[in-house]
Amino acid sequence: MPLNETIKKVLVIGSGPIVIGQAAEFDYSGTQACQALKEENIEVVLINSNPATIMTDQSVADRIYIEPITSEFIEMIIIEEKPDSILVGMGGQTALNMAIELKEKGILEKYGINVLGTPIEGIIKGEDREQFKMVMNEIGEPVVESAIIKSVAEGLEFAGSTGYPLIIRPAYTLGGTGGGIADDETSLIEILNSGLNASPVHQVLLERSIKGWKEVEYEVMRDAMGNKISVCNMENLDPVGIHTGDSIVVAPSQTLSDKEYQLLRQSALNIIEAIGIEGGCNVQFALNPLSFEYAVIEINPRVSRSSALASKATGYPIAKVAAKIALGYGLDEIKNDVTGVTMACFEPSLDYVVVKLPRLPFDKFTTANKLLGTKMMATGETMSIGANFEAALLKGIRSLELNIHTLKMDKFETVSVDYLKESAKNADDERLFVLAELLRRDYRIDKIVEITGIDKWFIDKINVLVSMERKLESISLDDLNENILRTYKKKGFSDEGISGLMKVDSSEIKELRTAWSIIPSYQMVDTCGGEFDAVSTYFYSTYEKYDEVEVSDRPKVIVIGSGPIRIGQGIEFDYASVHTVKTLKKLGYETIMINNNPETVSTDFNISDKLYFEPLTEEDVMHVIEKENPLGVMLQFGGQTAIKLSSYLSKNNVHIFGITEEIINRTENREEFDAFLESIGVSRPKGVILSDKRQGLEHIESIGFPVIVRPSFVLGGQGMKICYNQNMLDQALDAIFIRDYSGFVWMDEFIDGQEVEVDAISDGTSVLIPGIMEHLERTGVHSGDSMTVYPAQTLSETAIEKIVETTEKIALKLGIKGVINIQYVLRGDELDVIEVNPRASRTVPYISKVSGVPIVEYATRAAMGESFVEMDLKAGLVPSGSRIAVKMPVFSTQKFTGVDGAVGPEMKSTGEVLGIGNTLEEALYKGFISVNALKGNEKPNILMSLSDVTKAVLPELLSSNSLDHFNLFATPGTASILNELGILEVNVIKKCEDLNQTHFDIVINTVTMGSNMERYGYSIRENALKRNIPLFTSFETFKAWLKAYSFDSEQKKLYVL
Amino acid sequence: MKAELILENGMRFDGEAFGYLDSKVGEVVFNTGMTGYQEILSDPSYYGQVVVMTFPLIGNYGINFDDFESSSPKVSGFVVREKCHESSNFRAEMELDNYLRHHKIIGIEGVDTRALTRVIRKNGTMKGVITTLALTDEEALKHMNTLDLSDSVYKVTTKEAYELSGGSKRVAVMDYGVKKSILDQFVERGSHVKVFPAGASAEEVMAFNPELVFLSNGPGNPSDLSEIVGEIRKMIGEVPITGICLGHQLLAIALGGRTERLKFGHRGCNHPVKAVNTGKVTITSQNHGYHISELPEYVEATHISMNDGTVEGMRHTLLPIFSVQFHPEASPGPWDNYHLFDHFLAYAN
Repeated sequence: MPLNETIKKVLVIGSGPIVIGQAAEFDYSGTQACQALKEENIEVVLINSNPATIMTDQSVADRIYIEPITSEFIEMIIIEEKPDSILVGMGGQTALNMAIELKEKGILEKYGINVLGTPIEGIIKGEDREQFKMVMNEIGEPVVESAIIKSVAEGLEFAGSTGYPLIIRPAYTLGGTGGGIADDETSLIEILNSGLNASPVHQVLLERSIKGWKEVEYEVMRDAMGNKISVCNMENLDPVGIHTGDSIVVAPSQTLSDKEYQLLRQSALNIIEAIGIEGGCNVQFALNPLSFEYAVIEINPRVSRSSALASKATGYPIAKVAAKIALGYGLDEIKNDVTGVTMACFEPSLDYVVVKLPRLPFDKFTTANKLLGTKMMATGETMSIGANFEAALLKGIRSLELNIHTLKMDKFETVSVDYLKESAKNADDERLFVLAELLRRDYRIDKIVEITGIDKWFIDKINVLVSMERKLESISLDDLNENILRTYKKKGFSDEGISGLMKVDSSEIKELRTAWSIIPSYQMVDTCGGEFDAVSTYFYSTYEKYDEVEVSDRPKVIVIGSGPIRIGQGIEFDYASVHTVKTLKKLGYETIMINNNPETVSTDFNISDKLYFEPLTEEDVMHVIEKENPLGVMLQFGGQTAIKLSSYLSKNNVHIFGITEEIINRTENREEFDAFLESIGVSRPKGVILSDKRQGLEHIESIGFPVIVRPSFVLGGQGMKICYNQNMLDQALDAIFIRDYSGFVWMDEFIDGQEVEVDAISDGTSVLIPGIMEHLERTGVHSGDSMTVYPAQTLSETAIEKIVETTEKIALKLGIKGVINIQYVLRGDELDVIEVNPRASRTVPYISKVSGVPIVEYATRAAMGESFVEMDLKAGLVPSGSRIAVKMPVFSTQKFTGVDGAVGPEMKSTGEVLGIGNTLEEALYKGFISVNALKGNEKPNILMSLSDVTKAVLPELLSSNSLDHFNLFATPGTASILNELGILEVNVIKKCEDLNQTHFDIVINTVTMGSNMERYGYSIRENALKRNIPLFTSFETFKAWLKAYSFDSEQKKLYVL
Repeated sequence: MKAELILENGMRFDGEAFGYLDSKVGEVVFNTGMTGYQEILSDPSYYGQVVVMTFPLIGNYGINFDDFESSSPKVSGFVVREKCHESSNFRAEMELDNYLRHHKIIGIEGVDTRALTRVIRKNGTMKGVITTLALTDEEALKHMNTLDLSDSVYKVTTKEAYELSGGSKRVAVMDYGVKKSILDQFVERGSHVKVFPAGASAEEVMAFNPELVFLSNGPGNPSDLSEIVGEIRKMIGEVPITGICLGHQLLAIALGGRTERLKFGHRGCNHPVKAVNTGKVTITSQNHGYHISELPEYVEATHISMNDGTVEGMRHTLLPIFSVQFHPEASPGPWDNYHLFDHFLAYAN
């Protein structure tokens, strides 16, 4: 069927803020879908509360609403825009849940809105556990023995009939929040409680555990005519029991014979036929490793993280094709962009191996329980492509940027086999290295298979690498010959990996390779195994004989992406990378992207002229540079991942646009930074550099408490602590230096003040400042975790002048061309510089959107040598408009156990939303609605537990009537302070055990920065996280909430970007 | 041991020999299936061919004794990027290497199979030799020139006719190199199957009193098989006839159509085919180097390849005749078209 001509205007629902389980993949799919609609001349209206996305960019949709994704706001948009259709399959679980809500509230019917793609009935059949089971029974597809449980009692009854272990999966949640595996009654009760709570419909699925079965996924598609294809299948290295988002995943499956492959493929196709999918769908299977017995675990009737992965793994653009299907096209009417000659109605054939590795945040959440299970904890992932499994695996490992190049982790060298066995059974993020160590100890392969349930094929492959590593440890450079070295490179070893094991310098390996001309050859991802002459420009490295890349003689720029998403380096850097590519293209350069994150827009092979899907290490990047011979590389937009390559690249005479190694050092090396600021007369907090703990204790007197300590060269304030006394300083320094930290630590005076942030662009002679942002929380809360207001609301003229002047001075004296981010602290009108980042920052997409200044475009042009005069731009501070925008952080902390929910100098948030309004109150109102902290209750229940510091200043913070509208609960100390203030109606919560007795709408628990682990406060925070109650640990956040609460919701308006 | 694959155009690909160490000549073709190497090796249609697998890791799930398409491997040689040394699957009974060795088939691994595939795609199917010897170009060519595949069908067909009983419908299967799974499909659907050698005369076949004659798949060029075509012609109009692959091509020739060689063939598990009457597309398993370039009179195309528009199925407008180019029995490949065997049998009346 061709295009449905009645579709003229479509409302697309985005997925909202990045949280664990729902991340950048929906920016990729949403952007692709919007473009697919626009290609058909359909008007696209978009709602998404997430400003950091490419999806919410002017060029992607015709009308963009950065507004809360609630049925209320969507109805307002519908009234305003009068779309004829709505597309809900691209915005993850958020959009699907919204679709169901809109349907149930009769909103779709009321306005005659047509749902594109899979009909709502189909979505419900796929999502609702009970209905899904019924459909599966009807078509004879096996599901795991299970029951829908609405109470703990029902759960215990089911357990009585099936026995343990049981898996608990809450309905309608992201990444399996609140789920787990129960081995006995006690754990069942505990997990059921959290699961029922996490599910918006208070439903969980209890099912027989099929732990140890293979987990296999199929990405399948169906059009309205009933044509069906399987785009890709994927096999999890980790068997059933670990969420696929936290598993090592391989595409295509490696241990399935054709019979098993087709058995599951057929089942997946039968399922999407029965559900009535029109678009993409993910089907997860458990396959008994000892028979043909299988069970359907679940389906996702929409594009997903897995479909993004499958798209990148195969070259088949699932989201784009799904959008076309939603418009009425048949699979046989949609072109395969990669071959240019074949149609979308075919199944990709891979001639390489793809490995996906999860990026888990345990380097950041050091206190978290690291045990992997059915609840997803990964913040991001890397994908790698190899000519063989081993190469793909090793590439993946170095893409994680953990500075690991082989399967050898030194810390396991000294532990016992017993310890290793235990660790192998209880998987965490380091299990792969544990398995390697067991093999190194000659522990039997079949036993490893037995205790882990991992297929022997994978263990054999890991063993291949371990044997090769052992060999390297026993030979010297003289023993290497061309053949041996080539074999290592073929199997994916980096020079760093080889040299590390041989205890030589990596340059010596590189020299040998140069002498023997062992260099990578690049092969193409073409969807068809070489069967057709493809027009693809998507490559990966191998050490095979023949290279397929045609290097043009056009002037080229290589753009370094930002790798896997982690806390502190998120989707905003993908936004920046994509925009620099677009600008460079406009300027006439050939653009080459290097990145390894399968979730993102930057790795969509249509974005740049060429895409190299590679690890972002010095060696891998240098190989591409040597191959392509570009004019230079763009590092400003790929976050710290790109910036940290600068020193190596400049040593190798690679030109870096806009910045130099010196500029970077001057901002990152504390001594140089201090000297630089001193030389230009800009002040900064007093501070010293420490290279060991002793120095810290020596210098503390000259600075005085409180101090803030942090390692240099880190992301998102990792390891950063504020210390108010000797004891805290001791602990903080121990924690940093014990991590085998070879860099420096900064110890600075901690200034309690107003934080201000600026993103600016410099062309080398003048500076353009799109806007000044102010943080609502005071210093001490990481900028990524604070609420940020644009334009700044409380700054004096003098302060603004000072900020502009200082920003100009810093940018120009550094000599940067491009973008710069500066963080200030303000005490009265006294300005200190806290941090300078010679690169795009987290706030670039947000400030670009609300100020209307395309920062990345201008910065790119400046970096390429254009002046503002040539760009016809006026330097200086861009005047702000009348609208106020508040960026609010979004946390995924509830996904972890053992992680403190308090905000502090270490960044913890995973995403952000934006609230836009004509007043600060309105902007805050929308922000808090978007983060689900404002529900419009009559008289909300508020629990307060304040730190001594807050208690002392409470009279300044609150007037006696500001809490009149609430039912107040408080811990004893806080209650008596409130009473003293004349607030008498306070319910006292004496002990932790009483917390669960009451429903709270919000919890305020301010902490003394740094001493976060005190018992009662910690329990209050943990309780709030577990029960999904909005938690504010900074009093300013609560004051902002009060402002939002005071906003008359009747006055809310929509704002088009 | 070092080995080389030398192509007709002089290109050489080096690697390591496995299986049976020897020199073997064949037509070099590539298959894009990611699974199913065991079915491919034993599919008689690959007789005389050196098969290149585009998927890099072959042998992962070993060899079992359930999934063969005939009693022995039929390929001349096997080219892979990486052969698995230690297979893993609950049904694995043997390693790929040993299976090939026992059947005296040479394999070569460590080949840049993607580059090789691109060469075949650009130049078309070529002859080639896999060898462990250091052959000069002349020697290699001399070797290749010995390749004669005109009687391939007779090499792979059954010596004697035999019967398989699964019920009452009498189906005569002409064995030009029939795959076991085709026979299984008929038997499962309640057919009494009699398998005839390729050289059987029309009279012999008709003596079985078949309700349906089925012309099987098989190796080689259909134009080389005029005698067989003659016997088919005798049966046209006498009995419903269906066929797959080579059988489909022979049927077209017998009806007055023409076949032509494809540049590099269709071999894999991902080929989309559109059914003309429903407009629906299914994914098919394919393995053919020739196609029907000109349909006979009174014959219409029922299936079209979505990739290159070639005929993938045909139906006689007056007579009970229907055949397909692709492999509805899959093995390896998708099961989308199992139902075609019901269609075949619907002709048996």
